[in-house]
Amino acid sequence: MSQPVVVSTQPTAAVAPGRARIRFRIPSTKVTIGLAILLMFTLVAFFGDALAPYDPSKRSSDILQSPSAKHWFGTTHLGQDIFSQILVGTRSVMFVGFFAGILATVIAVIVGVTSGYLSGFWGDSVSTLSNVFIVIPALPLIVIVTNVIPNSGDWAIALVIGCTSWAWGSRLLRAQTLSLRNRDFVQAAKANGESTWRIVTVEILPNLTAIIASSFIGTVMFAVMTEIALAYVGVSGISQWNWGEVLFWAQGQQALAIGAWWWFVPAGLCIALLGTALALVNFGIDEIVNPRLRGGTKAVVRTADGRKARMRIGFTPVLTPRTDMGEGGGGR
Amino acid sequence: MKYFLRRLGFYLFTLWAAITINFFIPRMIPGNAVDSLLAQRRGEVDSQAVQSLNILFGLDKHQSLASQYWDYLVQLSHGDLGISFGNFPEPVTTVLGSALPWTLGLIGTTTILSFLIGTLLGVFAGWKRGTWVDGLLPATSFLSSIPYFWLGLITVAWLAGPLGLPTSGGYTVGNIPGWNIAGDILNHMILPALTIIVTSVGGWLLSMRNMMVTVTAEDYITVAHAKGLSGARVMTKYAARNALLPSVSGFGMALGLVVGGTFLVEQVFSLPGVGLQLINAISGHDYPLIQGVFLIVTVAVLAANFLADLAYMALDPRTRKEG
Repeated sequence: MSQPVVVSTQPTAAVAPGRARIRFRIPSTKVTIGLAILLMFTLVAFFGDALAPYDPSKRSSDILQSPSAKHWFGTTHLGQDIFSQILVGTRSVMFVGFFAGILATVIAVIVGVTSGYLSGFWGDSVSTLSNVFIVIPALPLIVIVTNVIPNSGDWAIALVIGCTSWAWGSRLLRAQTLSLRNRDFVQAAKANGESTWRIVTVEILPNLTAIIASSFIGTVMFAVMTEIALAYVGVSGISQWNWGEVLFWAQGQQALAIGAWWWFVPAGLCIALLGTALALVNFGIDEIVNPRLRGGTKAVVRTADGRKARMRIGFTPVLTPRTDMGEGGGGR
Repeated sequence: MKYFLRRLGFYLFTLWAAITINFFIPRMIPGNAVDSLLAQRRGEVDSQAVQSLNILFGLDKHQSLASQYWDYLVQLSHGDLGISFGNFPEPVTTVLGSALPWTLGLIGTTTILSFLIGTLLGVFAGWKRGTWVDGLLPATSFLSSIPYFWLGLITVAWLAGPLGLPTSGGYTVGNIPGWNIAGDILNHMILPALTIIVTSVGGWLLSMRNMMVTVTAEDYITVAHAKGLSGARVMTKYAARNALLPSVSGFGMALGLVVGGTFLVEQVFSLPGVGLQLINAISGHDYPLIQGVFLIVTVAVLAANFLADLAYMALDPRTRKEG
């Protein structure tokens, strides 16, 4: 089923050169670390309930304890175990992040690819629509929408975030589809009399894989941040624990003013860690999309006599004689 | 000029879309929440204010949707956004009017500053690719993954004490910033501004760095080197100049996202800006104020986008081409 995908003649346009190479490339350290952290959070999301040493909502007599062997992340003003709250709360965060991410990516692919592939009035109006969604500030919009929905649980929040955050990805996909549309292999498929549906799914979509993945990850990050912000502000219901909820209670009880740093720090670090993991994976995807971003080659090499020469594309470094103690500069 | 007009048309269209969203969403508020708010204040609200709320929230069910929409547009064109229940009996426009300077001052300045700093660092990081600088990139993405408000809270706890910087309060709410209290304001703005800049620089840095890396492989850069121009000149006049274009057009686009995140910073530092008003309005179910905030923020973001477009036109001669 998979057609051989033609590598573009211009490296700038940067299409992933065939799917097989993406799949079997050994991921860089950055990507491996990112994936490992993501895997850890996913496991916690699934088994957080079982792993949690206490019921996150259960009160106890250990009020506002600092971290100890008994309560790893300390306790709240009601004696609730913060470590358990973080573990149990991971599920809601990961669920909203990934559900909203998938929803937004599906919408982005449909809107972006159609508007890129169809030219003329419909293509333009769909692209204007997505530009409108980009420009309208997302968080206030999400706030007024979730405000209208009564008892907004995780599902509702994820739906609202997903439906409002697809526009960015759709813009990227449209741009790439526009450039793919006129490539030789698409023209060839058209000349062969392939149906539009087949051209889009078999010829164009595989070439968009990397951009789709990257916009998915961006949306997951945005969804997580938004959910936490909403919970922190107190928009979403207090039905389920999530990291934002922990911060909401911490802020409400003036945790920092009374020196209860353990109430804040773990949740914030978890958010930052999750965000960094997603960003690390995105580094890897960016390098697939744009091969010029790949590291590996060292720009500065040391010569035998200890001087530095700077490698530059299209030049052979020429070292000036020793008398010139300049930077040992690049090719002139 | 054609480019200019097309962008202007787009912004007018977006403004209309935002107004329309703002028209429809309140009509889905369940159980006539605004009605009950009005009922609580029965007798205190004058009839004109009741009428304007009727129009804003569609409380009068007998009217057709079309005529409701028309009344709504007419009322907006008079700048009437209803009264705020949280700040009863002040009109929403007064509340927003006193909050807006704070937000514009804080978010406007910090966004521009972090864009400039991030872009400068990005030029440097992209130019020095393959060196130790690359190793710092994951650190910047860690910084930009930290929620603004969380960093703000931590700063308040750990930095403000030892450094003696004021964290919140100190000015009267509703006081419109002026030159007489400028020093005081600046002093109060340092911490919130720092937290926003630290967490948002990373994004600009990374996108600029990636564009620089892409651009430095272009032929015209090789030619510039071959001509024997100095490295600094090639970096600034050839590479950065071209790499800047996508960043500038992305600047306006990203504002919609940036603004939302920075709102929470105002709450952390108790700055009486639009973000704090929004958060208070949410907890107080002050629907007229929530709608007003959405509208005013959209207008502000559109205006900023328009400015970014003007900058883009100045930078890219191709957009100024006639025809």
